[in-house]
Amino acid sequence: MWKWLHPYAKAEHSYALAGKLMPWFLVLTIPSFIIGIVWGLAFAPADYQQGDSFRIIYIHVPAAMMAMAAYSTMAIAAFIGLVWQLRLAEMAVAAAAPVGAIYTFIALFTGAAWGKPMWGAWWVWDARLTSELILLFVYMGIIALYNAFSDKVLAGRAASILTLVGVINLPIIHFSVVWWNTLHQGATITKFEQPSIATEMLIPLLIMIFSFATFLGVMILYRFRSELLQREQHRAWVIKLVQIKGRG
Amino acid sequence: MAFTSFSDFIAMGGYSFYVWLAYGVSIVSVIALITHSVLTRKKILKQVEQRLQREKRIKAANNREHSL
Amino acid sequence: MFDAFVQVVRQDLLAAFRHQSAILNPIWFFVIVVTLFPLGLGSDPTLLSRIAPGIIWVAALLAALLSFERLFKDDFIDGSLEQMMLSPYPLAWLVSAKIFGHWVLTGLPILLVSPLLAVFLSLKMDAFCALFLTLLIGTPILSLLGAIGVALTVGLRKGGILLSLIMLPFSIPILIFSTMAIEAASFGQSYLGFIALLLAMLVGAITLAPFAIAAALRVSVS
Repeated sequence: MWKWLHPYAKAEHSYALAGKLMPWFLVLTIPSFIIGIVWGLAFAPADYQQGDSFRIIYIHVPAAMMAMAAYSTMAIAAFIGLVWQLRLAEMAVAAAAPVGAIYTFIALFTGAAWGKPMWGAWWVWDARLTSELILLFVYMGIIALYNAFSDKVLAGRAASILTLVGVINLPIIHFSVVWWNTLHQGATITKFEQPSIATEMLIPLLIMIFSFATFLGVMILYRFRSELLQREQHRAWVIKLVQIKGRG
Repeated sequence: MAFTSFSDFIAMGGYSFYVWLAYGVSIVSVIALITHSVLTRKKILKQVEQRLQREKRIKAANNREHSL
Repeated sequence: MFDAFVQVVRQDLLAAFRHQSAILNPIWFFVIVVTLFPLGLGSDPTLLSRIAPGIIWVAALLAALLSFERLFKDDFIDGSLEQMMLSPYPLAWLVSAKIFGHWVLTGLPILLVSPLLAVFLSLKMDAFCALFLTLLIGTPILSLLGAIGVALTVGLRKGGILLSLIMLPFSIPILIFSTMAIEAASFGQSYLGFIALLLAMLVGAITLAPFAIAAALRVSVS
């Protein structure tokens, strides 16, 4: 595996690979997003208790799940970057952080907009919303730390270390549902043996989760390429790339 | 189809404000993320291009001096 | 190996006792912040004893935050941090010594003044015992967590506010478990579960944090 991976430790190859992968993710994202959002908004039956307000679930749950997934991606990348001294992995951490932060913000905002008609308040100090808020703080801390360094190599390392420290937070977020008694519904999808959500509602939700996941991939790849360009801007391959672009 | 008419769809069973607010803000934030990413990339490319042109000009100026 | 630990702690304590304000200021800050709450909220004893755990813990967090800036700064400026990295002892070990010294200077005084605050905020005896225990276990975790943030930001010119941005979110679990323990104690319930959780976090922090700090210092110093 290392033999196969080795060429991709070179910036130029990674740039090309990321560029090759990105359209595939994009091709998966756009149709799944359109199908999922139309199905969820117009075709899925209304919830018998929450009426049509439950349709917020089709962005709330995918955003919340993928915010966590983005963090896991960052944690894995940070681990690889620090253990094997792979700078590219540290760049992936920097590339994923803003995407994760935006997803977390979406999850929080939609949670608030869902909470208002359901609980009668925009904000309730419920375990999941609170831990989502803490996740947003952690993301902001990582982004702020990354931007504070002018040397981007050091910035990547520092952000990676902070990401790994923050991993301790993820289990706490996960178990907070158990620890605190809350107003929020328990985990809806993970209970496969006893589905508390109807199939007609579940399918568009899964499609939306898929769409959010692939979009996360697109954005990470895109930002990863930008990071690469910035850091390698004095290398010959970037100069060649810019010259070709300038002519075309 | 869960709704009988288009106005029914917009009304969202009385929850139109919350549903469309949630969807609207989400789409706006995703668009903001995309815009930021695209602009960052463009800025970097532009920086590199400007640097290259500056280097080219300096080289050209040096050459002229030598030929004089 | 152990000598080196003692040596680092001794040096730090001596240096701190030479500038006594460094120890006293965060403590005064802590006491003053706690005093502000009764003045702002009224002196109703039932209200005060109900919100006391939160107030004391938030104040302790802020006081700890104030004192962190000095943890590695002087050593960073005068180059003794680089010396530490070149020394034959593992950096994580020396860093643990520094954090222990820091806790003696900041965490311990907070523990010592906590009875006074318990009186100020009309805490009952049970609740005070819980408060004391949580402070005893929680402040070392805070020192360890904070040291990670300091190590990451020590090389930056404007590290102060960034330090609080990256460190405060991580200290939220400590705040939650501590205040829950004190609350449980004030209702006469058993709070051993929360103490056990805090202890587990302390053990985890002691074993993992020094390595994170050492790695972060290597980034900051290079």
